[in-house]
Amino acid sequence: MATETAPARQSYLDAPYGLAAWLLTKDHKRIAMLYLISITVFFAIGGLFALGIRIELLTPKGDFVAADTYNKLFTMHGVVMIFFFLIPSIPATLGNFLIPIMCGTKDLAFPRINLLSWYLYVIGGTLAIAAVATGGLDTGWTFYTPYSTQASQTSVTMAAMAAFIAGFSSILTGFNFIVTIHRMRAPGLTWFRLPLFVWAQYATSLVMILGTPVIAITLLLVMAERTLHFPIFDPKIGGDPVLFQHLFWFYSHPAVYIMILPGMGVVSELVAAVSRKQIFGYAFVAFSSLAIAILGFLVWGHHLFVSSQSIYAGLVFSIITMLVAVPSAVKTFNWAATMYKGSVTWESPTYWVIGFMGLFLIGGLTGLFLATLGLDIHLTDTYFVVAHFHYIMVGGAIMAFLGGIHFWWPKMTGRMYPESLAKASAILVFSGFNMTFFPQFLLGYMGMPRRYHSYPDEFQVLNIASTFGATILGLGYGLCLVYLLWSLKRGAIAPANPWGAKGLEWEKTQSPPTTFNFEEDVIVTEPAYNYAGSGKVHHG
Amino acid sequence: MDLLYLFIFAVSAFFTILVVALIGYFTVKFRRRNPDDVGADIHGSLALELGWTFIPFVLSMVMFGWGASLFFRLATPPANAMEVFVVGKQWMWKVQHPEGVREINELHVPTGRPVRITLGSEDVLHDFSLPAFRVKMDAVPGKLTTMWFEATKVGTYHIFCAEYCGTKHSGMIGQVIVMTPQDYEVWLSGGRSTGTAVENGERLFTDLACVTCHKPDSTGRGPSLLGVYGSTVKLTDGRNVVADENYLRESIMNSQAKVVAGYQGIMPTFQGMVTEENLMQLIAYIKTLKPAAPEAKK
Repeated sequence: MATETAPARQSYLDAPYGLAAWLLTKDHKRIAMLYLISITVFFAIGGLFALGIRIELLTPKGDFVAADTYNKLFTMHGVVMIFFFLIPSIPATLGNFLIPIMCGTKDLAFPRINLLSWYLYVIGGTLAIAAVATGGLDTGWTFYTPYSTQASQTSVTMAAMAAFIAGFSSILTGFNFIVTIHRMRAPGLTWFRLPLFVWAQYATSLVMILGTPVIAITLLLVMAERTLHFPIFDPKIGGDPVLFQHLFWFYSHPAVYIMILPGMGVVSELVAAVSRKQIFGYAFVAFSSLAIAILGFLVWGHHLFVSSQSIYAGLVFSIITMLVAVPSAVKTFNWAATMYKGSVTWESPTYWVIGFMGLFLIGGLTGLFLATLGLDIHLTDTYFVVAHFHYIMVGGAIMAFLGGIHFWWPKMTGRMYPESLAKASAILVFSGFNMTFFPQFLLGYMGMPRRYHSYPDEFQVLNIASTFGATILGLGYGLCLVYLLWSLKRGAIAPANPWGAKGLEWEKTQSPPTTFNFEEDVIVTEPAYNYAGSGKVHHG
Repeated sequence: MDLLYLFIFAVSAFFTILVVALIGYFTVKFRRRNPDDVGADIHGSLALELGWTFIPFVLSMVMFGWGASLFFRLATPPANAMEVFVVGKQWMWKVQHPEGVREINELHVPTGRPVRITLGSEDVLHDFSLPAFRVKMDAVPGKLTTMWFEATKVGTYHIFCAEYCGTKHSGMIGQVIVMTPQDYEVWLSGGRSTGTAVENGERLFTDLACVTCHKPDSTGRGPSLLGVYGSTVKLTDGRNVVADENYLRESIMNSQAKVVAGYQGIMPTFQGMVTEENLMQLIAYIKTLKPAAPEAKK
């Protein structure tokens, strides 16, 4: 390829640097890196809270930390991981980096707004840390009323404000992606030639801009009731506590799809690339993303089956929830079928993809138990739910995120990481994850409720198993962080296309790309993943 | 119910094994043999797509239907159920039996008899969870909720609070003690009864002066409450509501919310004057008020 022989041009990383150049950058790739650094910091903080939880649960008695401290630990673990790690994770890093390149353009539609969204995220994150430092938060990440508005003695208002501000960062990112995907595609790049990652980001962005305003209003109402005694949710002053649950889950259920849809997009890219094959059923995979985004808005009431919601409402929410299983199954079968008669590599991205599929299968299928009305009554608010959503949001989303980071790392940083360590890390994370969360399904089936600081003796063995697994999981993440950081200075220099993959980012840009991505205007003449059409692939 | 668990488990296990086996087989059988190889030129198959859309759809609908019928059974307590009142407050469960016996964090029940629990909360959300009986229900401040179960085996089972409620959430636990009907009778007679729920409700009805307006005939300033429970009531704004437990509760605590047609909204609110337990006693009493027999009316 041309980029091999031509002298490497100055990459976006080598463009003027220094703190000011980075903090005032309008380059989508640099903003992606700023996000990557900040979400890694929050992931580490959230991980420390999880460590505290797992140590406490080693013994049935509440003896490691006080009850109030434990309540703050699981609350802040949830708030930090969801609002400050998972929601921005794939969209703000890989999405920011890749969407303009995959669309064959120089940047997002609104580069300054993109930078603004990172600053909003940082302001929200700083407030969250301030809330932790000034008394913490003990309401659960769900902020359920009337506990959050009248009973809790902690920094509820500040934490709600933190999530409120971070929400605007999410809205701006979604808005930027939608405009870019509509208006800035290169000539010849029709909707059905777009990589599936872009389709998934498009569906995610719709959820971000339509759902996030609702949580913003809801959190404002919580702040108003808490500080001004404005009667909305507290029945003692005429409010309705179940109203809060409806408003909260109207955003927070779709938020689960904000976390997993981009992961599905990453997996679609990786499955095609590691199999060097056109994705099986392109249109079905693309539209199943939209189907999940739309259905995701209609199922919030499945969090309220035992909340005193009408039983007829329960019926409607249960049946729509069941329908979400269909597009999820369609995606999974299409990924598996893509590998059929492919040329499947055993390089490290494959390990992460297979890990994702295993965990997503378990996470998705256990969702069927919870969607089934009669069973949910027994399982809701137990560790079964905890295990289920960790399988989707940690097993699924983080496996996909790390898979994507490994796949595009050479493009983002211009360096290769040690393959054998990457495989070891994928195996550690996969097995550690299962050891942590599989026992929690059993605990939930046996009846152990969530958010318990102390618990009856019979649950101890499985809790010890879970803590043991969490240790391995932590080692897996730690190892990954270490070799990726190491590779920044010492890793082998990455060629433009180390995987021999199709796609504008591999075929038309150098590693790492220049500030404006492409040397010449891009014209697209073939569908995505056109491996068979191009015969042998070109390496290097 | 456990059969439904098995069914979904079997379906889940089948698909997990199927997909894992396919991926395992494809990744090994079609592994890359030459660094420049590419995959075959296959784009999809409509038949397969329709198949793996339709089959999960049908299976999920079976689960839905089965689960929904179970849910309806759990939501409709049998008519012959004994009634127990449970109030959650930070951080304890207060239980009162119809015969007046009270207990804290313990619930004694006989085998072979359905138990209907009327659930309230004095402060924040709680959830009365009985995992051994596969049931739970939120205790929601500001309204009453119901659940029911039937014990079949003598023994001691967990009560958990399953909705996070603050500092001692994990200490808000107790025991269901299931006894033979004979033992239960003995236990009841030995309990410290402070009057049955209905008796207490009747006393409150007089003490709070409800009786001065809600006279048995239609001459009072408020509507007669004879036979009101379960009947359909016409309101001043033209709506009709069924006078269930939550309607009675709301009318006591927030009397202006739904005023009966033909009456003025002059009833004082009892918010802050009666506890959740008092409310349950009042409602238990109101439920016993039956209209006079038709011949007496003539």
